[in-house]
Amino acid sequence: MQARYRILLPVISLVVLLGMTFWMQPRAMSYFGLNLLFNLAVPIALATIAQMMVIMVNDIDLSLGAFVSLVACVTATWLNDTPLFGALILLGLIASYALMGAVIHMLELPAIVVTLGMSFVWGGLALFLLPTPGGASPEWIRSLMTLKPPMVPLAVLAAVIVAALTHMLVIRSKIGTVLRGLGGNARSIARAGWNVTALKATAYGLSGLFGVLSGMALVGLTTSADANIALRYTLLSIAGVILGGGEFTGGKVSPVGAVIGALTLTLAASFLSFLRLSPDWQIGAQGAILILVLTARLLFSRKGAAT
Amino acid sequence: MTVLESNPVVALRDAAKHFGPVKALNGVSLSVAPGECLGLVGHNGAGKSTLVNLINGTFAPSSGEVAFPLGQQGVRSVFQELSLCPNLTVAENLSISHPDLRGFGWRRPARAEIQASLDTVFPDHGIDTDAEVDRLTIAERQMVEIAIGFAPRGGTPRLVILDEPTSSLDEGIARQLLSHVRAFCAAGGAVIFISHMLGEIFAVASRIVVLKDGKVVADRPAAAFSRQGLVDAMGHVAAEGTQAAAAQTQIGEVVIRAEGLEARRGEVVGLSGLAGHGQAAALARLYLSQTSDWRAGRGARAVFVAGDRPRDGVLPLWSILRNMSISVLGRDANGGMVDKDAERRLAEDWRKRIGIRTDDLTNPILSLSGGNQQKVLFARALASDADIIVMDDPMRGVDVGTKQDVYAIIRAEAAKGRTFLWYSTETEEVCQCDRVFVFRNNEISAELTGAQITEEKILEASFEMMEAS
Repeated sequence: MQARYRILLPVISLVVLLGMTFWMQPRAMSYFGLNLLFNLAVPIALATIAQMMVIMVNDIDLSLGAFVSLVACVTATWLNDTPLFGALILLGLIASYALMGAVIHMLELPAIVVTLGMSFVWGGLALFLLPTPGGASPEWIRSLMTLKPPMVPLAVLAAVIVAALTHMLVIRSKIGTVLRGLGGNARSIARAGWNVTALKATAYGLSGLFGVLSGMALVGLTTSADANIALRYTLLSIAGVILGGGEFTGGKVSPVGAVIGALTLTLAASFLSFLRLSPDWQIGAQGAILILVLTARLLFSRKGAAT
Repeated sequence: MTVLESNPVVALRDAAKHFGPVKALNGVSLSVAPGECLGLVGHNGAGKSTLVNLINGTFAPSSGEVAFPLGQQGVRSVFQELSLCPNLTVAENLSISHPDLRGFGWRRPARAEIQASLDTVFPDHGIDTDAEVDRLTIAERQMVEIAIGFAPRGGTPRLVILDEPTSSLDEGIARQLLSHVRAFCAAGGAVIFISHMLGEIFAVASRIVVLKDGKVVADRPAAAFSRQGLVDAMGHVAAEGTQAAAAQTQIGEVVIRAEGLEARRGEVVGLSGLAGHGQAAALARLYLSQTSDWRAGRGARAVFVAGDRPRDGVLPLWSILRNMSISVLGRDANGGMVDKDAERRLAEDWRKRIGIRTDDLTNPILSLSGGNQQKVLFARALASDADIIVMDDPMRGVDVGTKQDVYAIIRAEAAKGRTFLWYSTETEEVCQCDRVFVFRNNEISAELTGAQITEEKILEASFEMMEAS
C-alpha cells in the first residue's frame, strides 16, 4: 500500500514547482522552454539512479560526483580520440565500481569511508587526464543529446525512458527484487542461498553503469569536460533519491521517484533564477525547498501511521 | 518397510559446535525420520538454536557429522527472530527463496504459491499477498514466514524446522498451525518443533528430545513423558501453577487511567486478547503519554520492557553492563559524569538478583542467549525509580525456568508498590495478573479481576462478538 503512495509526494512537488515556474515565466510552457528547463536534468537523473542503486543496498556513495567527472573526462578525450580504447576504459570503470562493492562487503568496511576515499582517486585520475578544461564530445553523443523528437522535448522523453527502464529493472525484475531485499534484510537473503558479495557487486556495478551514462550525457550537453565538472552531483543525487521518496536504509527506493526528484532539483535552480535571486542565495534556497518537501513527507507519513 | 521410510531425513552423529571456549553443542546424536514430528525442548542457552543452525547448514559442526541420507533439498527453517525482508511484499519474499521463479512473469506464480500455502496452513488468514511485510502485524509476519517454510518453492519440503513458531501467534492461529503440522507429518514430512510451550509440544510431537547444556538428556516417544517429567528433565525445578496468590498485595490508589483502562498502585494489570486487536498499540500510546512530555524532565514515571528485543530493546554494540545501566545513568551521575563504581555495583546487584548467566558483565550483550538478554532488559527497567513498568510481551522466546524467576520478581516488585502493565500473547502469563483487560477490535471487551481470570473467560471475551457477527 505504502509503496503506491510513496510516489505521490514527489509528483506533487514537481507539479507545484512546475506550475509556479509557468506562472512566473509563461514562455517556458513550450517545446523549447521545457527542453531548456530540463536539459541538464538528464545527467542528474542518471546520477540519481546510480546513487539509488547504492542506497538500495543500505550504503551511500560519496564518490559519485568525482566518478561522473572522471567519466566525463574519459568521454571527452579517449572516447573521442580512440573510441575502442575509451569504451574499454569505461567498462573498466564499471568493473572497478563492482569491485568496490564486493570489497566493501567482504571486508565489512563502511561504504561512506571507502567511497569518500575513492572520490579522491577518481578526482586525481580526472585531473591527470584533463589538467585544464578541454576535450571534445564524440559526435554521436552530441547529436544524440541534441536530438529533437517530435512533440516531446528530448529531456522529458529521456527522463521517461530512464524512469521506465529502471522501474522494470529495480521494482519488477527478480534481480531487482532480491537487491531491494538485500537492503531490507541481508541475513534473510543470505539464508535463502544468495551470494551477498555478488549481489553487492551487482548493485555497485549497476551504479557504475548509470554513473558512466550520466558522465557521457553530461559531455554530450556541455561538449567539453573538466575534472571538477560534476562534483556537486554527489549531494544532488542523494537529495534526488530522498526527494523521490527513497529512504536511506531498508531498501525502500523508487526509481520513478528518483528521476522525478532529479527533475525537481533541476527545476528548483531555474525557478530561483526566474525569481531573480542572486546566485549567492540559490544554494541556500535549494536547500530550503528540500527541507520543505521533506517536512511535507514527514507530516504525510505521520498521518499515514496514525490512521 | 520401504527404503525411504528406514532412511532418516537427517542424522547427527556426535555433532558438536564450539564457539571459542563455549561449547554450545557438546556431542549430539539424533535422527529424524520421515513422518515424524520431533519436539525439541530445553531452556534458553541449552543449544537448540545451535542445533538448528547445524542442520540447516548455517554452521559446520566443529566435530562429528551431520548427514542427509535423502539429500539436503527440502530442508527448511523458520527462524525464531523474524527474518523476512520488511520492504518487500509477501509474494516477493517467497520468490527470494524460490530458485525457479525468474525471467518475465514470475510475480503471478509467486502470488499464487504463497496464497495457496497460507490458505493451507492458516485458513481465513486475510493476508494480502501484495502487502509489504512492514505493513503487517508481527503475528501476520510470522504466519507468512511459516507459510513460506511449507510452500513447495520448486521442490517438496521434506523437513521443516519450526523454532518457536507460535511465540507471536494467538491461541486460535497456533492451533491451526499445530493441526497443519500433524497433517504434514501424516503425509510423510518431518518436522522439528521447538517451543517453550509444553502444551504445544505434547499436542504435536511424536517424539521429544530434551537438550541441556549442549547435550541430549532425554530422547523418548512423547507418550513416555509427563508434563512434570519433561520440566524436570530440562533441569529447571519449576512447580506448575505457582500463582503467588499468597503475596496478594495491598492495592492502592489509581495511578494511571487512560485508554479506558486503569491501574492501581501495586497492581499487575494484564492486556490480553487475540494478537493484533489493539493491545500493543494501546500499551505503546499509554507508555508514550506517560513519558513523552519533555517538560517532565528526569525521573520518568514509566519504564518500558521491550518484547521485540532487536527492534526496541537491546543496544547491540554495548556491553551487558551498559545495557543495564542506561536507565539510571542520569540518576546516579556524579556532577554530570557517569559514576562507574555505582554503575558496576548496581549491575552486579541485579545480575545476582535476576540470575543473568554470565561471568563478566563487560561482555557484549549479544553474547547472551535471548532469554538472558531479556533478563537484562528487565533489570534495566527495574533498576530505575519509575513506578509504572510497561511490558510489551516480554516473555517472547523465554524458557519456562526464566519465566518463573521473572514472575517472582514481578510479584516482589509489585508488593513494593510498583504497578505493572503487561501485554502478553500467552494466556498462562495473563493469569498471573491481578486485573486483566481483554481487547477485541481495538476496544476493551472485558475487565476481569481475581478469580475471574481464567483461560476460558479470556477466550470468551476475545471471541464473543466475532462469532455473533
